[in-house]
Order: sequence, then C-alpha cells, then structure tokens
Amino acid sequence: MNETTRNIFLSGVGGQGTILASNILGQVLLNAGYDVKKAEVHGMAQRGGDVTTHFRFGEKVYSPLIKRGEVDYLVSFELLEALRYINWLKPEGKVILNNYSIFPPTVSLGKIQYPKDVFETFRKHFKNNVFLINGSDIARSLGNIQVANVVLLGALSDFFPNLNPDQWTHAIKEFLPARLHELNLKAFHEGRSACSPAVVGFR
Amino acid sequence: MKRILQGNEAIARGAWEAGVKVGCAYPGTPSSEIMAALSKFAEVYTEWSPNEKVAMEVGHGASLAGGRTIVCMKHVGLNVAADPFMTISYTGVKAGMVVAVADDPGQHSSQNEQDSRHWTRFGKVPMLEPADSQECSDFTRIAFDMSERFDTPVLVRSETRVSHCDSPVELRERNEAAVPVGLDKKDVPKMVMVPMYSRIRRILAEERIGKLAAYADDAFPFNSMEIGDPSVGFICSGVTYLYTKEVYPQYSFLKLGMPWPLPRKLIAEFFKKVKKVIVVEELDPFYETEIRAMGFKVRHGKDLIPAIGELTPTIIEQSLSKAVTGKRQKSRKPLVKTEDLPSRPPNMCAGCSHRPIFYALKKLKLFVFGDIGCYALAVAPPLSAMHASTCMGAGVGGAYGASKVLGKEGLGKVCAVLGDSTFLHSGITPLLDTVYNGGYSTTIILDNRITAMTGQQEHPGTGFTIQGEPAATVDYEKLAKAVGVRHVRVIDPYDIENSINVIREEVNRDEASVIITKNSPCILLRREKPKERFEYPSYRIDTELCTGCRICLQINCPAISWIPNPGRTKGGQKRKGTAFINKDQCVGCEVCAQVCEFEAIIPQGE
Repeated sequence: MNETTRNIFLSGVGGQGTILASNILGQVLLNAGYDVKKAEVHGMAQRGGDVTTHFRFGEKVYSPLIKRGEVDYLVSFELLEALRYINWLKPEGKVILNNYSIFPPTVSLGKIQYPKDVFETFRKHFKNNVFLINGSDIARSLGNIQVANVVLLGALSDFFPNLNPDQWTHAIKEFLPARLHELNLKAFHEGRSACSPAVVGFR
Repeated sequence: MKRILQGNEAIARGAWEAGVKVGCAYPGTPSSEIMAALSKFAEVYTEWSPNEKVAMEVGHGASLAGGRTIVCMKHVGLNVAADPFMTISYTGVKAGMVVAVADDPGQHSSQNEQDSRHWTRFGKVPMLEPADSQECSDFTRIAFDMSERFDTPVLVRSETRVSHCDSPVELRERNEAAVPVGLDKKDVPKMVMVPMYSRIRRILAEERIGKLAAYADDAFPFNSMEIGDPSVGFICSGVTYLYTKEVYPQYSFLKLGMPWPLPRKLIAEFFKKVKKVIVVEELDPFYETEIRAMGFKVRHGKDLIPAIGELTPTIIEQSLSKAVTGKRQKSRKPLVKTEDLPSRPPNMCAGCSHRPIFYALKKLKLFVFGDIGCYALAVAPPLSAMHASTCMGAGVGGAYGASKVLGKEGLGKVCAVLGDSTFLHSGITPLLDTVYNGGYSTTIILDNRITAMTGQQEHPGTGFTIQGEPAATVDYEKLAKAVGVRHVRVIDPYDIENSINVIREEVNRDEASVIITKNSPCILLRREKPKERFEYPSYRIDTELCTGCRICLQINCPAISWIPNPGRTKGGQKRKGTAFINKDQCVGCEVCAQVCEFEAIIPQGE
C-alpha cells in the first residue's frame, strides 16, 4: 500500500449530485499537483439506487478502487448510505454526515425500519472524528436543495488546510455555468464553516 | 497539458487525436459516454445508430471510403454486431477501424456478464486492454495504426472500472490520418465474401494473427515487464493490473496491454525471471488457459481468484494473501452488520410514464414479456409486473412464440412491452414475424421519446441527431401498419382506466396488435417539458380519509411511504397508519390518486 495515497469515499442516493462533487474535487487536487483516480457507477444504479464514488489521490495512485477498511474520509449525502459503508473506514477515519434521510422502498412500504441513531453509531466508533452537517437544510435555505453536494464539498475542504479556498472556488467556477456561480459559492462557504469545532456534534 | 478524463472520454480523445473521421454507436452502459464525448469534436461525424450491427456496418463502409472509424458498444452490443464483425475480420479495412467494447463485470447495469476477450480469439482480431484513462487514450491511438498496418479491425476492450473511472490524461494535438479519402480500385477477392474468396481470406486472417503475435513480442510498446521481488510474478492486464499492483507493489509484473495474441517470447522470459507465476484475471481464465497450454507452469490463477463478478483490491488480497505472503489475510471485525440494512435498489422515477402501464398490466394479470430499459425496473416488488426479460427486442418474439404454443387458450394472457429505442433497435423484425406467420400478440411500445436508461441519448424516433440537430422522426403507427399490423392503438399511459380497457381489448385479439403510449416523455427529459402536462404540481394525503389500505404503495412510487400510526378515519374506520407523500419528490402525475379508492389523495393546497 502506497502510504502517501489518501482515500475519500462518497456515498449517497442517485440524483443527489455526488458525481459533480467528485468532479470538482478531482480538478482541485489535480491542479494542486496530485495524481488522482476516481471510480463511480453510472447507468441503472442512478435511478434512485445507492451510489458511491471511490476517490483517491497522492503522489502515484494505482487502483481506482479503495480497499475495504482503508477509507480516510467518508462523506455521505444520506444517513443510511453512510452507515452502509461504516466498515470501510480506517479506525482513525473522518466522517462527514449530511443530516438527511431518503427512504428506500422497503422502508416506504413499512416492511423494515430506517436505521435509528446513525450519528450516535458513528460517534461511538469514531468519537470526535464525526461531523454532522445539515447540508440539505442549508441548501434549501439557499434556495435549492440540489446544492447540498457543494455544501458537503465545502465541509470536506476544511480538512485540507494546505489547499486554500480560492483553489476550490476556482474549480467550482470551472465546472458550473456562470448563472450558478453565486449560489454554489455561497453553498461552498456555508459548508466550509459548518465543520468548524464550534458547531460540530451539536445534536 | 493534463486533464482529468473519464475512461470513455479518453477513448474518444484518443480517437480524435488519431484523426478519426466517423464514430458510430448504440448507447449501452458502461460504453455510452464514448460517442457522447466524441460528438463534441467538430472534425468527426458521429451518430447514434439504430443498433450495434448497423453501427458496425456503417463504420466499415466509412473505413473502406478512407475515413478512420470508431464503433462503440457494450459487451452485449457486440453480440448484436457479431455478424458483420466476424466477416470484417476477413475483408479487413482501408482506414483504421477500432471497435471499442465495454464489459460490465459484476453486472452493475447488464443482463449478463460475458467476457468480451473471447471475441479476440474467436474473431481472429487483436485486442488491446487499457487500465486507466491515459491508456484509454494511448491504446486507442495505437489501435488505429495497428488496424491499418495489419489490415484488421482492432478491439479496444474496456470495462465499468475503466470506462467509468476518471484519471489524468496528457492531451495531444489531432493528427489527420495518412490514408486518402476515396474508394479503392475494385478488389473482389478481398472485399466480396462469397465462399470462393472468403476461403482465401480465412487463411490470410489466420496468418495475420501470427504476424500480430510477432508484433506483440517485438514492437508493441504496451506489453511491459516490471521486475521487482522475483519470488512472485503476476501476469495481468487492464484494471486488474492496477488492483494487483496496489496490493503487491513490491513484486514482479508482466502487464499485457494486448491480451491477444499473446507475446510468447516475453512470457517465456518472465517465467525465467520469476520464481512463482500467478495469473490474475477478472472473469474467465482467458490467457491463463492459453499460457498453460503453451506449457508454462502457472502456479495460481482461477484456483484462487473468483471467476464471477468484478475483482477489487480487497478480493485480490483475500484470495492471494496465503499464496503470496504465506499468511492468511486477517479481516477486521465489522463495526455494524451492514448486510442487515435496508437495501436501496434503483426504481422508476416519481412521475415516470412506465409506472401506470405496469400497474394496468398487473391488474389484467398478463404474462409480460419485458425487455431492456428502465421499464425492466417494473420487476421490483411491490409492482412485480414482469415475467420474462432476455435481451434487446426479445420480448416481442417471445410473446409471439408463446402464442404459437398456447393457441386460443393464450388469448388475453400475454403481451410484450418495450421502449421506443429498444423497439427501433430490435423490435421491428419480430413484429414482422408475428404478422407474416399469422400469430397473435400485443406489443406495447412505451414511447418516452429518448433512450432513457443509458442517460438520454437520441434515436430515430426522437427527432434529433446526436449533435442535437433536427432529424427525420419515425412514426410508430405508420411503421406498425406498414409491416402489416391492422390494429394499432394509441393511449395516454396516465389514464389508467382507459389503458386497462384498450390493453384488454387488444390482448384478446387473435392477431398481431400494437399499442403506443403518447404524450409520455421521460420525466427527466427537460426538452419535452414532461411535468407541464400534469394539472397540479404535487399531491398530498387527506389524512381524514386515508384508510391505510396501502394500495397506493403498490405502485412503488419513491415519493410515497407508509407512516404507522394506529387511529381512525374521519368516518370512524379503524386504520393501522396512513400513506405519506413527500412533496420534494412528488411531481403531480396523479397516478396514486387514480388508484386510491377512497379519494384520499388530493392536490397539494386543497
């Protein structure tokens, strides 16, 4: 295992915008001089199914897929989809949870319960490395629930002190049409401050 | 300059850099983005062909006229295109012709898991197998040169984890190809494959594979040996190389950029240099079998590595740990038993026009011969409204075949359902069969105006080309009548009662009939403004009237869920809970309101 390679795992539900978030992330890290690989599944899985992105960066990255148990950062757009990948984390891994639930069909039908206490489960195992973000609420308050992806990206950006905010906002502008810049930059900055120690773990 | 490109984009980029003039494809996951990306380059003529066989034939014609050509498809698409492919191997090409085929190990989005590497040996055509986006670009470029040099189509084999992985690619300039545009002088023995000539070409194809094997050994730049710790040597190709290198970076590797024909000398040299050879392949033991047949002692291969599903670094480590390091891999105890969590299978979108049709078919208790597309999701419970599904267009022939055995007993019991794009791909000929041979069956064409499942590609029924230019549009009614179907009906799928009546009438008819949905665009297709046809933006549950009967849950709409909450309706009826409609997801299609027997689903705000 290449020790310098870092692994980010994004999970969510088809349609939540994980792919855009990982595209921006890739551009930022490439611009910063890293080798980058990312893997995601498109197609049938997008129709409301669970979606994941394996994202890896470092000096030289071989596999596009992360080994189970080697995730440094789990960024989840949905609570159940976070819990599904809890076993993929390193013991010292960091977790960014969007405080948002989308019921899968078996839950909608009342056949099985949506897992309770997802945040508490993560806290039990990962202590202060768990960060709960009201990404979808923040996005809705900005006027579009779809920008929750950029809110979460903002939250993640706070974990890379060697990359300055301009590097991120530059990439966001590169990937989005001009009419969406203002909204997405706001979303990014809201997310970036949402992870600060004063607010984390507030519920 | 380097840019991050998806593997598919990199194949397109490599083709463009190689001076490609024509690109043809039928979309199919995970290959679809190749042609979508290539269509952005002004120098290239690109098209969505009606199916892969047509794409292959158009591509070959373009090559013969002197234009470098790329033809793209998913693994099962090459089955459709196999007929021209196997004989183009004999005629060869003029300008370079590359066939890009993308496999789907693990069947993320496919009906089977075939290993396309078998086509290379079967077709006597060389194959290149890139591992990441840089190689997608490099290998595609060199594939064009090989194609012209050896007078053969060249396969570039990708797969989900190559096609849909992103990594940096060095961008290059476009090199216009050296082959002149124009038709060559008549060369019947090369180009007209009747037996007297194809027998001769058959021999040449065999000789060509010999020459390619020598090239693989002596000149091909992408078969590479990396000698590290010689106690173990891995032979692998494609993304499997990257997985193995990730897990065991310190050992030795023979990386095959061309899995067929194999570089015999290089393999022999590798066996001399390393002590214990392990062949790591995804899916079938393709070159493991060949290397063993050459007489080399392969220590491990498919005895340890699974042949089913996709490989991952985790699986490779678990499978090989004992053989490589002498120690079994210890896995950490899971923190949570995640296999007990609710699964999240894909589902038809809220407001999808397919949903009410399948509700109608279920009500009619029909045996539904389904097909390949989003509507295959109707198989999922609680809708559970599909009984068979095989491949593109198979439902039409299937329903007709069943009718031949069932006779009059089968009237009112079977139908075929397929989408617009699938019908144009492979549904017309079986319909012709039904008419010609005097059978019965009802073919329901779900016309949502796009190839939806693969991410909204145009087709001959949408009115637009791949570049978004206006195009001739198929008229399904006229087409069905032209092949001899006398009973062609048009329905609004959102009117469930009418759909049930029309379908009932047609499936009871002792001859071929066709039902086409109209005004039913894919709910994601913005161009058609699909939501504007709905009267209200969203619906809600009237909790005073909801009896908790759960019938609305049976349509499997992602916006509707169950809230357990024992109580009574306004009228005093006992209930265990009520339905709930998520306003964020509801688009107001009204299908749930139509199935509700208690008028408990009403427009939002009323």
